[in-house]
Amino acid sequence: MALMELKNVCTFYGNIQALRNISLTVEEGEIVTLIGANGAGKTTTLMSICGITTIRSGEILLDGVDISKKNPHQIVSMGLSQVPEGRRIFPQLTVLENLDMGAFLRKDTDLIKKDFEEVFDIFPRLAERRNQPGGTLSGGEQQMLAISRALMARPRILLMDEPSLGLAPLFVHNIFEVIKRINIERKTTIFLVEQNANMALKIANKGYVLQNGVIKMAETAEKLLANEEVRKAYLGL
Amino acid sequence: MNRKNQKSELIASLVSTIWFVILLFPFLVMKVNVTGGKAVVIFRWSYLPVIAISIFVLSFLWRRALEWNQHRGDKTPVRTPLSGIRDFIITALRRKPIKLGVMALLLLIVLAYPYVLGMYHTNIMITALIYVMLALGLNIVVGLGGLLNLGYAAFFAVGAYTYGLLWKYAGPAFISAGIDTGWLFWIALPSAGVIAVIFGILLSLPVLRLRGDYLAIITLAFGEMFRMVLQNSGPVTGGATGISLIPRPWLFGIRLPPRQAATYIYYIAIILVIFTIFVVRRIEDSRVGRALEAMREDEVACEAMGVDLVRNKMATFALGAFWAGIAGVLLAAQTTYINPDSFTLWESIMVLMAIVIGGTGSIPGAIGGALILKLLPEYFRPLAQYRMLIYGIAMIIIIIFKPDGLIPRNRKRYTFVEKSASDSVPGVQK
Repeated sequence: MALMELKNVCTFYGNIQALRNISLTVEEGEIVTLIGANGAGKTTTLMSICGITTIRSGEILLDGVDISKKNPHQIVSMGLSQVPEGRRIFPQLTVLENLDMGAFLRKDTDLIKKDFEEVFDIFPRLAERRNQPGGTLSGGEQQMLAISRALMARPRILLMDEPSLGLAPLFVHNIFEVIKRINIERKTTIFLVEQNANMALKIANKGYVLQNGVIKMAETAEKLLANEEVRKAYLGL
Repeated sequence: MNRKNQKSELIASLVSTIWFVILLFPFLVMKVNVTGGKAVVIFRWSYLPVIAISIFVLSFLWRRALEWNQHRGDKTPVRTPLSGIRDFIITALRRKPIKLGVMALLLLIVLAYPYVLGMYHTNIMITALIYVMLALGLNIVVGLGGLLNLGYAAFFAVGAYTYGLLWKYAGPAFISAGIDTGWLFWIALPSAGVIAVIFGILLSLPVLRLRGDYLAIITLAFGEMFRMVLQNSGPVTGGATGISLIPRPWLFGIRLPPRQAATYIYYIAIILVIFTIFVVRRIEDSRVGRALEAMREDEVACEAMGVDLVRNKMATFALGAFWAGIAGVLLAAQTTYINPDSFTLWESIMVLMAIVIGGTGSIPGAIGGALILKLLPEYFRPLAQYRMLIYGIAMIIIIIFKPDGLIPRNRKRYTFVEKSASDSVPGVQK
């Protein structure tokens, strides 16, 4: 059984339809990426999965359980965590407090301690700035913090919304390496929404192409990278 | 600052002087005298130079002050005798025996207050302490949760009216049964808290999805609606005339003369304030407090972290309302008379002002702000007619020169002990 599955999901903003019958599956341990242009519905898809935007029809299954009617906090407690678009860290809380908020629903204090260390191991920069308010970090550091904060929930599936947004090219490369590392070392399934299709497809197992709220293509990442249409439209080649 | 800059400031001050003279001319220089059905305009030219010079000086000083404010962070701190004394006091206060001594001294002053200063000052202090409780309660909602509540006086009214109505309807039964009516206070105190919490939750329901301006407007409307309901349900609440002769609290069946009663209520207020401070501090350091702060900063991120926003907001409103309810009972007991006019929008704004002046989110700030706002006007009665003017000027000055308030929040920091320490525990350290 797939870890996460969307079946014919339709989402509306007022009477404007943002998603039209989105169906996709994410298997355990995979990196799946959703690529598309601006306004294609990528963020809406994520927000729908998280329960922050309610869907009008369709099903969202997590481990075979329909979560589309559940509240966001219930969904988080089922092992789904997200790195929201634009990072959205808490600017006045310190790095440590931000991370602690990530573990908000967890009660296993010992494991949380270990996870602090693990996160600092992945991003040593954050360890240096642990007592600094989140708002004083640079853009790249804030992205590290957003990813770490999501990891602190120990999710089984991690949803990421454009982690490369607004970062320097060299750093983008770094972030994608970390994503791959999280996937391999922590066996966390990752659902990655990206505009940077090239980088995303290079680390992903599978990709979906979203266009105007419709899934246009669903292929393995290699095939999408080689696809003429995708190369033209999203990779600029 | 260089000479050129100074010159441009002088010119700017001159321009504003001319502008103000033109603006104020019809009000201060011209005067219409109506004698015998004929209007005669009198020009008081002697006022003109006074206005011009004072505006010029004020304008120039204001510009200099702004300039100083902008650059005061640039220089590295210089050791002056004053900063030396301050540092000395701060380090001295850190040491335990001194800290305890200061606390004991403070406690002694607080305890001796009514005996040393008499009933008049005690009553003023009680009013101020009631405001301290209100400010601490609103501080949870506004300072921690970031939800701007302008209808806070409504919860204050809930508390006062719980006691008032309890007296009005249960009082006669108490008297005929021969039970001391002073007991009613002790029944009203917890029940007012509970009822205010219920009202807080009821108010939070319609405003769950609102924030910022919309929330402020809705809570404002709620506050005024509540007052109107109290005013217009005469048969039940006594309408605009309110409820009078509310009994003072019970003390071992002794009927206290007003002076001792004031002292007694003063001590009750002190205990309640200390209890409030204790609980509010615990809330601040708890998981709930952290979630509230996170909610203030970013609601969507909070949801993504698994924080239940609905429950959080309800809890915020309920907690804030609880303290207002308790404070309301105290007010009713102190004044022995309540009517809807004590719970206008102005009360809500006063409490909010106390928090902003003191420092949003800061407990000592809320206490200090409430004391300043309540005590100073009492002791500067002769200036009462300029009160609004002074409030306005004080607010502008504080917002520009001390935007974090007089006693800004010193946030506790969550620290993390190094891995090398075998039993590393993330804990709270100042």
